[in-house]
Amino acid sequence: MQAVAVKIEEEKDYLTELDNVIGDGDHGINMARGFKAVEEKLPSLAGKDIGIILKGIGLQLVSNVGGASGPLYGTAFMKAGAACTGLVSMDAVAFVQAMEAAVQGIEMRGKAHEGEKTMLDALCPALKALRHGVDSGKTAKAALADAVAAAEQGVAYTQTIIATKGRASYLGERSLGHQDPGATSSLYILQTILAHLS
Amino acid sequence: MVGIVVVSHSQKLAEGVVELAGMMASEVPVAAAGGLDDGGLGTSFEKISNAVNRVYSDDGVALIMDMGSAVMTAEMVMESMEDRKIKMIDCPIVEGTVIAALEVLSGTSLEQLQEKVASAGEKKF
Repeated sequence: MQAVAVKIEEEKDYLTELDNVIGDGDHGINMARGFKAVEEKLPSLAGKDIGIILKGIGLQLVSNVGGASGPLYGTAFMKAGAACTGLVSMDAVAFVQAMEAAVQGIEMRGKAHEGEKTMLDALCPALKALRHGVDSGKTAKAALADAVAAAEQGVAYTQTIIATKGRASYLGERSLGHQDPGATSSLYILQTILAHLS
Repeated sequence: MVGIVVVSHSQKLAEGVVELAGMMASEVPVAAAGGLDDGGLGTSFEKISNAVNRVYSDDGVALIMDMGSAVMTAEMVMESMEDRKIKMIDCPIVEGTVIAALEVLSGTSLEQLQEKVASAGEKKF
């Protein structure tokens, strides 16, 4: 999570730039503020079980992001935490369950689905690829690599569709040709988890 | 009396809406929950929770939001206060809040409020 915070901080300006075009231009700033608060909270969560850690992260995001990604990512981490209650380590199956809960949480909170030019366009294909990989006996790392590849394609796909959810939906056709900032930050989070998976 | 919380991305807008409602219904407890804790644009879980606490009574609290994260953050505040009587009202934030405050003043309950402000988005001329 520390690495995610670093990555988000590094990409802050780019995420904001993407959001400037089709949104309200605060995604990078908001995400960086939220994950900085997460980073500061991590020491007090050390040694706790994974469920408590993920819920703690979610609460920090809800309280500190300030934009739509706060309740969305916040809900995602809190639901993932609920799916990991009591766990002190995580295998591939548990990771799939956590991510399933996270994606369902985002769908519930945002009343959104895949194909509306949102973070779900990165996360839903990623989840599908992850689940497929784990079901077919791949290692967690290999399955997550598939998930990241699927999320990359999902992010590229957001350029080709019109936004029907979120602030960008007010732009209608003018949102066409632009990459979704939320899908992009979701990809960064998955990429960072993959890079730090032993 | 039902309390009202105005949730907006902008602190100025939330405070302005409270000011407008107060012009016609100053007896009604209406609280602003606008902007981030530092006054910047966005919605704050903390500010909304505090505003609910300020105007809460057994009659409950109506939340009136602008858009996007205001709605989602309000939803999360409600979930964190499950034992309390809180409802989100779907209406234009300015007209809806003024009408809601007037309704509350004339004794409309939290349950009836949504129906009473339903016309708030209708044509002005």
